[in-house]
Amino acid sequence: MSEPLIELQDITFSYPGAATPVFQDFNFQLLPGKHIGLIGPNGCGKTTLLHLIMGLLKPQAGKIVIFGQEVSKEKDFVAVRQKVGLLFQNPDDQLFCPTVLEDVAFGPLNQGKAPAEAIRIARETMAKLELEGFEDRVTYKLSGGEKKLVSLATVLAMQPQLLLLDEPTTGLDTDTKHRLVHLLQDLDIGYMIVSHEDAFLHHTVGECCHVHGHCCQPA
Amino acid sequence: MSPIQEPFADGVSLAHRLDPRGKIVVAGLFAVSVAVAQTYATALAGLALALVCLALARLPLKKVGARLLVVNAFIFFLWFILPLTYPGDAVWQFGPFTVSRQGLLYTGLITLKSNTIVIALIALIATAPVNTLGQALQRLRLPDKLCHLLLFTYRYLHVLELEFQRLVQALKIRGFHPGTNLHTYRTYAYLAAMLLVHSCDRADSVYRAMLCRGFHGKFYSLRIFSWQPRDRVFGAVSLLALAALLYLEWRGAGPL
Ligand SMILES: Nc1ncnc2c1ncn2[C@@H]1O[C@H](COP(=O)(O)OP(=O)(O)OP(=O)(O)O)[C@@H](O)[C@H]1O
Ligand SMILES: [Mg+2]
Repeated sequence: MSEPLIELQDITFSYPGAATPVFQDFNFQLLPGKHIGLIGPNGCGKTTLLHLIMGLLKPQAGKIVIFGQEVSKEKDFVAVRQKVGLLFQNPDDQLFCPTVLEDVAFGPLNQGKAPAEAIRIARETMAKLELEGFEDRVTYKLSGGEKKLVSLATVLAMQPQLLLLDEPTTGLDTDTKHRLVHLLQDLDIGYMIVSHEDAFLHHTVGECCHVHGHCCQPA
Repeated sequence: MSPIQEPFADGVSLAHRLDPRGKIVVAGLFAVSVAVAQTYATALAGLALALVCLALARLPLKKVGARLLVVNAFIFFLWFILPLTYPGDAVWQFGPFTVSRQGLLYTGLITLKSNTIVIALIALIATAPVNTLGQALQRLRLPDKLCHLLLFTYRYLHVLELEFQRLVQALKIRGFHPGTNLHTYRTYAYLAAMLLVHSCDRADSVYRAMLCRGFHGKFYSLRIFSWQPRDRVFGAVSLLALAALLYLEWRGAGPL
């Protein structure tokens, strides 16, 4: 059996000041080539799980292994973030450059691409999401759905090897959702999707897992 | 409430197209030269130069006027204090107060110099977006930390402002009317507290988003600054003009 892309072992995590931990001795695995959906009631810890994987939150106990490497320090996660893309649940958290083009090119620039190359990647990614003409729009003056799409573009522009999508469909219209389904089906990388939409998950992922405080079980 | 705007940053005039690095250097030197000027001749010549720049920038004069009004509101108070307290020949006396000629001249000079500097800054600095300025400063070898401070301050001002708008909207849709009662005061206190907390949270999220996209303490700019012939001309003319200012100042040096 091949090595899991992501492995969480006995993770315990609670938010500072919270009475009960979100996760206690939590175990989880994502195998290569798998596409899984994360489901569960509001507040069960789906977003928290993704943030733990990206190193945005640090567990109080347990071990995280990504691409076969144990990651614990900030420095380890810097490398992880080059390969794993996270779409935030709230697009306002994701966009921070003044214009759309700058925001989409921000990741590639950080990866060391030259400005011209970064712009080319940004434009290509935006074309895939039918965001042509948005280059000079101001990011905080977009509609909710537009923000979500631009956020997705910023993540895809980094050409990640693994995608974590936190409720990618909220605020998207039916056509755009279909486009997203096709886009995801055409990607040849692993991804995990948090969503409350069964139909969307049905088309995009092979199996769904229920997130609990201790484990993540196939639903 | 409208988001923080940069009303002068967009445009296609000559002043907008000049390389921001050159503009920053010239504006800096000009501001210092005018600020240290002791004579009306220098200040007036400076004003003329600043007005030329303003004309080159083709900015909406109404908005420029509004900006100047703000500056002069501060200077307005000087007119109450300086002429009365500056020692010199009395021109006007009433009761215990004496207005001195030197005081009047001095206050006039300050007013003139302040307006000159502000006009020059509007024409040269405000014609570039803050983000571009930050990047230009970085290219001018200013320490990275200072440039980031500028860029982040600007960025988080937006965050604060958007957060404030959101909270005000939340109040509005629930039919909040300010009045002079405890309910209003308490609501405002909540508003201030929530603004602080939300903005901190939001700033955290923004930082996280930056980390997720490989941010490691360095901003890369999409903008490629290019030093054009027009920048060379601008630089040369500005240096000549500055030299002329200094010559005027040197010739007319001495007390008022
Ligand atoms: N910043 C925080 N500080 C303290 N507690 C938090 C914080 N963020 C989330 N929580 C708590 O942690 C738990 C898990 O939150 P999380 O955001 O992971 O839920 P979720 O599964 O993503 O829910 P949803 O489907 O609503 O997005 C919730 O009980 C929530 O109240
Ligand atoms: Mg969530």
